[in-house]
Amino acid sequence: MNTAFHKLKDRIAVVGVGNTAYGNFPHTDDYGLGAEAFRNALADCGLEKNQVDGLGVCRLPYYARMGEILGLNPRWTVQFPAHGRMSAMAIIEAAAALDAGLCDYAALIYANIGRSRRVNYGGEESPGVWDPFGFTSPGAAHAMMFQRHMALYGTTTRQLAEVSVAVRHHACLNPDAVMKQPITIEDHENARPITAPLRLLDYCLINDGAVCLILTTKERAKDLKKKPVLISGIGAREAYTGSSISNFNLNFWHDEVQDVAQQVYGMAGVGPKDIDALMCYDNFSPTVLFSLEGLGFCKQGESGSFVEGGALRVGGRLPTNTDGGHLSNSYMQGWALNVEAVRQVRGECGARQVKDAEVVQFVATTPCSRSIIYTPG
Amino acid sequence: MTTMKPRPKPDVFNKAFWEHANQGRLTVQRCDDCAHSHYPGTPVCPGCLSSKQSWVPVSGRGELLSWVRFHRAYWDGFREDVPYAVILVGLEEGPMMLSNLLGAEPEDLQIGDKLEVAFDRVDAELMLPKFRKAGAGA
Repeated sequence: MNTAFHKLKDRIAVVGVGNTAYGNFPHTDDYGLGAEAFRNALADCGLEKNQVDGLGVCRLPYYARMGEILGLNPRWTVQFPAHGRMSAMAIIEAAAALDAGLCDYAALIYANIGRSRRVNYGGEESPGVWDPFGFTSPGAAHAMMFQRHMALYGTTTRQLAEVSVAVRHHACLNPDAVMKQPITIEDHENARPITAPLRLLDYCLINDGAVCLILTTKERAKDLKKKPVLISGIGAREAYTGSSISNFNLNFWHDEVQDVAQQVYGMAGVGPKDIDALMCYDNFSPTVLFSLEGLGFCKQGESGSFVEGGALRVGGRLPTNTDGGHLSNSYMQGWALNVEAVRQVRGECGARQVKDAEVVQFVATTPCSRSIIYTPG
Repeated sequence: MTTMKPRPKPDVFNKAFWEHANQGRLTVQRCDDCAHSHYPGTPVCPGCLSSKQSWVPVSGRGELLSWVRFHRAYWDGFREDVPYAVILVGLEEGPMMLSNLLGAEPEDLQIGDKLEVAFDRVDAELMLPKFRKAGAGA
């Protein structure tokens, strides 16, 4: 493998993070939410707005309108589509742009108004090749993967429930989170089936909100308000073959995430044993199991037993999605999980803080798999 | 009266698949130069980028790779069918297809069980390639 990208190790820092409240906000729009998250991230790092000369937007309709609203005329702009897999892709692009000097301070803004706009992830809203057979939606694709995982490895829905129960526990410790009622494995087993074997509690939320991260170089980060959080490792691999069955991979993206693991751990100089907390893209609960296997926290097929007994809780063997994730905190499509990683490294997480968290990893196991390792600067 | 189920809306590269299906032939697209087989059809071969490709009949044999049961109707046309199952079939020739199982429920099958194509006529213009357990008869 070409390891030239390792030169980015510890070069770029996340210096500011911000988010809105999460919920149902029909009184505003994507831009209103994005602006609020940007304002909060600026306040977090102490930059003046006009110092921001790089702008990345995701799920916002039009980058120029966002720039107009914020009064920004940057020299670097990228628009990312409204796909869940974009968060770490955008952060890595911004890191490369900062390192190349294409901008000095990059703001990445994500906004989602899917709740008050009643977005549906299937049927008429996303027509596809398989509609005549009644197949649609990312949830159904994950249900097919989990069905196969059960058949091949004996994984059970009670084991799957451990994911939803652990992240709900974290949401109950997070004042920002949408879901505040604890759940049990029995609650998961008795929830309404949507695309069996997946049930309601295996599905991410759909809510409004926005997130912003501000990045700069390690050198410039020294002058800002908070302790910088460095990007120490990155890894990336796509799986486009077979993507006519969207959001599906017959082998759970295992090979791709193994590749990502080799890149991200190799660059950061750490391994799974060194990870203090994992922020794992949890569009659907099975994704967490596939991620644990791909990254090497356990062997393929052993994630079910790995997560048993509350292993993913703060205080467990691998605290995962300490903000409550997409399942119970907020459907910020990976963006809020990266913010949570930064806050864990800073030690700002209050009741859900992982003690002495120094090496925190984000992973998205999707057709564009990505991972980032964050460490203190 | 039931609202219509969604119908295929093939692009220019996949029209032939549905024309063959309406004649009771299951086909995949195969590259004339390197024999790469795939479905859905593509403008160029994903293996060698050749533009010379043909729709060729396949054996109709495959195996059950996975399945999902929809408890939610995403289209009005499926409202009376819930909870209905969609199966993932791995064709002998390589490509994967989503379809429905005829004559059995996937709960009664094992992942890896052999399947064979069984066409399901919707109307004069449309026949859907579905599958049944291999050797189960018509």
